[in-house]
Amino acid sequence: MAKINLNRQPMPKQSLESRKNNFDEVALGYTPEQALEEASRCLQCPKPPCVTGCPVGIDIPDFIKALREHDMPEATHILKRKNSLPGICGRVCPQESQCEKSCVLTKKGAPVAIGRLERYVADWERSHPELVRKQGPHIDHHGKKIAIVGSGPAGLSCSAQLAQMGYEVTIFEALHSAGGVLTYGIPSFRLPKDIVQGEIDYVKSLGVEIQLDQVIGKISTVDDILKNGYAAVFLAPGAGAPMFLDIPGENLNGIYSANEFLTRINLMKAYLFPEYDTPIKTGNRVAVIGGGNVAMDAARCTARLGAEKVYIIYRRSRTEMPARQEERENAEEEGVIFTLLTNPKRFIGDDHGKLTAIELYKMKLGEPDDTGRRRPITIPESEFTIDIDTAIVALGTKPNPLIPSSTTGLDLTRWGTVKTDAATGKTSKNSVWCGGDMATGAATVISAMGAGKIAATSIDSYLKNTG
Amino acid sequence: MSYRIIAKENLTQDIHLLRVEAPAMANKAQAGQFTMVRSDEKGERIPITIADWDKQEGSITIVFMEVGATTKKLARLNVGDTLLNFAGPLGRPTEIKFFGTVVCVAGGFAIATIVPVARAMKQAGNKVISIMGFRTKSLVFWEDRLKEVSDNLIITTDDGSYKRKGLVTEPLEKLLEQDTINRVIAIGPTTMMKACSTTTMSFGVKTMVSLNPIMVDGTGMCGSCRVSIGGKTMFACVDGPDFDGHAVDWELLMNRQRTYLDEERESQRLLEKRLRPEF
Repeated sequence: MAKINLNRQPMPKQSLESRKNNFDEVALGYTPEQALEEASRCLQCPKPPCVTGCPVGIDIPDFIKALREHDMPEATHILKRKNSLPGICGRVCPQESQCEKSCVLTKKGAPVAIGRLERYVADWERSHPELVRKQGPHIDHHGKKIAIVGSGPAGLSCSAQLAQMGYEVTIFEALHSAGGVLTYGIPSFRLPKDIVQGEIDYVKSLGVEIQLDQVIGKISTVDDILKNGYAAVFLAPGAGAPMFLDIPGENLNGIYSANEFLTRINLMKAYLFPEYDTPIKTGNRVAVIGGGNVAMDAARCTARLGAEKVYIIYRRSRTEMPARQEERENAEEEGVIFTLLTNPKRFIGDDHGKLTAIELYKMKLGEPDDTGRRRPITIPESEFTIDIDTAIVALGTKPNPLIPSSTTGLDLTRWGTVKTDAATGKTSKNSVWCGGDMATGAATVISAMGAGKIAATSIDSYLKNTG
Repeated sequence: MSYRIIAKENLTQDIHLLRVEAPAMANKAQAGQFTMVRSDEKGERIPITIADWDKQEGSITIVFMEVGATTKKLARLNVGDTLLNFAGPLGRPTEIKFFGTVVCVAGGFAIATIVPVARAMKQAGNKVISIMGFRTKSLVFWEDRLKEVSDNLIITTDDGSYKRKGLVTEPLEKLLEQDTINRVIAIGPTTMMKACSTTTMSFGVKTMVSLNPIMVDGTGMCGSCRVSIGGKTMFACVDGPDFDGHAVDWELLMNRQRTYLDEERESQRLLEKRLRPEF
């Protein structure tokens, strides 16, 4: 067995000074030397635990082996066999809780940087289109049409799979750009938009048609789609309606949902106002409420847009924070102030309805709750205020009712998500599958992609059996 | 998708009509619904209420007033041009059924919005009394259209230059005093809808208003359009745009509508500079 190398290659990053003032990608990607060095650390386990840690089951040791042997077309081919969007996953997957968590070297404190290698291969592919091997020949056209609602990670991955199986796939996208959360939600400094566009173009190159401006539930219903000759529908409309705190002052001017704030920036390019028409008030003193990746994204956007003080308001401690460690570190490096164990009591405004301050309770941690995290408890009479002019509420989303309320025979859970069989993606309604946030509540890009893949397999076997 | 403009009409100097090819939308549109429109790659998404639809022709008619950069850009489009994006029909349709006597009140360019509502109310068997208010005579349009779908039409101008001098609330109050009115629909500028709601409140007549807060996606995703109805936060784009005028927090709505006034002025200044370069 090869000698164990625990020298995990660090990710080169844009310098702190420059990145604080731009929306360019922070992580710059491995150099070829670094990629080879990192790839050489893989032990090529005969029963690789990393593969079982991957929601889409990428043959991780195989692609790393090809990379090690300088066979980049083969490495690409292996990746793409299981994952149609590696450039995105290599950047935004929480590898530390998936493939890398299962890596044998994790016990030694230095798992192979699988995500960074995935990204390296995907970026090589993008810059060498002429060398990329075409995927296997398409199976004969089945002549069956499948509708996908939503062009986010679940919709894109499901479409790519089905198109490769030979189905005629149409995606209905509600917004004016494809990509879902990859486009409107994740900022370009974490996921550059040309990477997203590249992956969307790849899916289109497989023959998938994307129709924009199609708000399903309004311009047509799921029942209409089925009547119009589609053999199956995969619902992947995404995150839905933003949650607010339900505390006094929440509708003051200057308070955004993270969805609104990020949509204005990422989709509408409000940070380039007035070159672009959509405005945004980014503020000088900003409180971002929440401890997830979306909260970090919003906080890091405002820091780039010149805010003097950016606070993360989170009711538990650092240990319970759901955001990825990498994102927390980046945020803190960029000057974001973590105000932990605090919880908003109310927002305070001036006579013109403009936000001026937030009043917070101090919190302490009690016993673990049903999520396994320690429960935050309000400390009585601990209130204090922070002067702010902007607040961004990043508490997650609840399902958008447009599709459930307009579809017959679709059973919902008590949270309003679509009741879905996790093993197949099937819903209670014939010929209708569901995946991503609409099925599970807010989750990750890769779990949505995994759901898209599972549904594609299930749709294929269903359609084969029904002739 | 290609949302081609098949007809254009300048209803007044600042109010324009576009008839746009959108067969699927035309097939589903109902009175009270709106569309999200974007004119160009750098443009904003703005909500515009549907003024009419034609299933046979496969078209949607929108009417808008030049108030900001986006509407100014839209006003410069001509027959044969296309809208970059056109999504809808969005929002819940206006509640249409037999109430008895319905008063439809509209101010300014919202006349275009009230016509399909009045027509649907009439078709549902109601007696429809319409009131249309304008600032001055030169802004009057679609008198014929509203007359055609109303049993009675009252026109007011602020300055008395055409028909009755005064605000729409004056004839509205008279009607409430004289007749049994079963429902009032008021669509127009926020201050006008608020005034109508205040007027009808003491008569206890349910009054539906069509709210127009700032929107971004228009599909329930962002919460920019949140309004407070009876103390409860709701999203105008998916829960509305029609709400009970007696339950609306008007001050909050007006505050939120003012959020980007400075930016709107800046956008317009730049647009005008682009359109009229100095020599």
